[in-house]
Amino acid sequence: MIWQLDLAILTLVTLCAVAAITVKDLLGAAVLFGAYSFMMCLLWAIMGAVDVAFTEASVGAGVSTVFFVAAVFRTTRRTKD
Amino acid sequence: MKIVGLLIVVLSGGLLLYATEDFPPWGDPASPASTVVSPRYLEKAVEEASVPNVVTAVLADYRGFDTMFETTVIFCAGVACFVLLRIFTRVPEDRYYRHVPTGVTIHIKGGGKINERSKVFERIDTLWTPYDLIIRTVCRLLVPFIQLFALYVIAHGHHSPGGGFQGGVILGASIILVAISENLRAAIGRISERLDGLLSAIGVFIYAGIGALCLLLGANFLDYHGLASLLPGDQPAARSHGILGVEIGVGITVMAVMICIYNNLSSGGKQDEGL
Repeated sequence: MIWQLDLAILTLVTLCAVAAITVKDLLGAAVLFGAYSFMMCLLWAIMGAVDVAFTEASVGAGVSTVFFVAAVFRTTRRTKD
Repeated sequence: MKIVGLLIVVLSGGLLLYATEDFPPWGDPASPASTVVSPRYLEKAVEEASVPNVVTAVLADYRGFDTMFETTVIFCAGVACFVLLRIFTRVPEDRYYRHVPTGVTIHIKGGGKINERSKVFERIDTLWTPYDLIIRTVCRLLVPFIQLFALYVIAHGHHSPGGGFQGGVILGASIILVAISENLRAAIGRISERLDGLLSAIGVFIYAGIGALCLLLGANFLDYHGLASLLPGDQPAARSHGILGVEIGVGITVMAVMICIYNNLSSGGKQDEGL
């Protein structure tokens, strides 16, 4: 485990999480949430939990992003608050 | 109101961070979990279940009952999505058809139809963007390999990371890719709604059925060494095969539920025109 890499990814996770809830564009929020999931996947892989990383990559970064995009497609793209 | 919410979030977050101080350090060999429980699994998993991937052994064998209800939770999520989103009103809707040789679009109001098998007319969505040749061809070429990889992930879950959940999600994603690259009706043509609902129930049934089969053969529920009299090989081999069986069940359920959620979500419950 390289702590510099770990810290960089952890910073990105936090940035993506904060950006995903503050951004006004819902499609952007969905993409940022996918990026957040992928960074989490890297963190799991660094910690040696390969099975969890695999699940995070396929469910979190893959399918749930598609679900969010499909849901945004059925609503408006801009959030009101 | 926003400031109060922020305050609550920061306070509870700080409290959680403060509580993690009491946790044993990451990877500490003297922590309670790694002194009693983990060594037992690490030392005996290969011997008892002949499964090199200890995570799979714990997930599907030692904690098989847990995983069965996780699968049931996924099934319930699919059912909830279906009940909440699916619309069955038979209001005749406008349809759009495209005359392929000339590229002229026809708008038919009030439930009129052109024969769907017609080679000259193809049905298009209301928000139709022209099909891109590159995207269509690449996706068509990619889908079989994605599905093959998904089957590998399910079947090779004993030996490498992966298993029913991940493989099922990838298998569902391949069908979703068909829906995105062509249209939703092409994906529903491959796996119909009825088949999809049936498959999501069959997966849970396979899992619970293997458990019940163990019970019938004189072992405990989900205790796969009872299968040894049915399958070739000794008891550890039987447990390995039992794990493979339940992983297949999990994979089928997860795949069907992913497709069900996507179809209902992207078409707004009409299962007709989607993303």
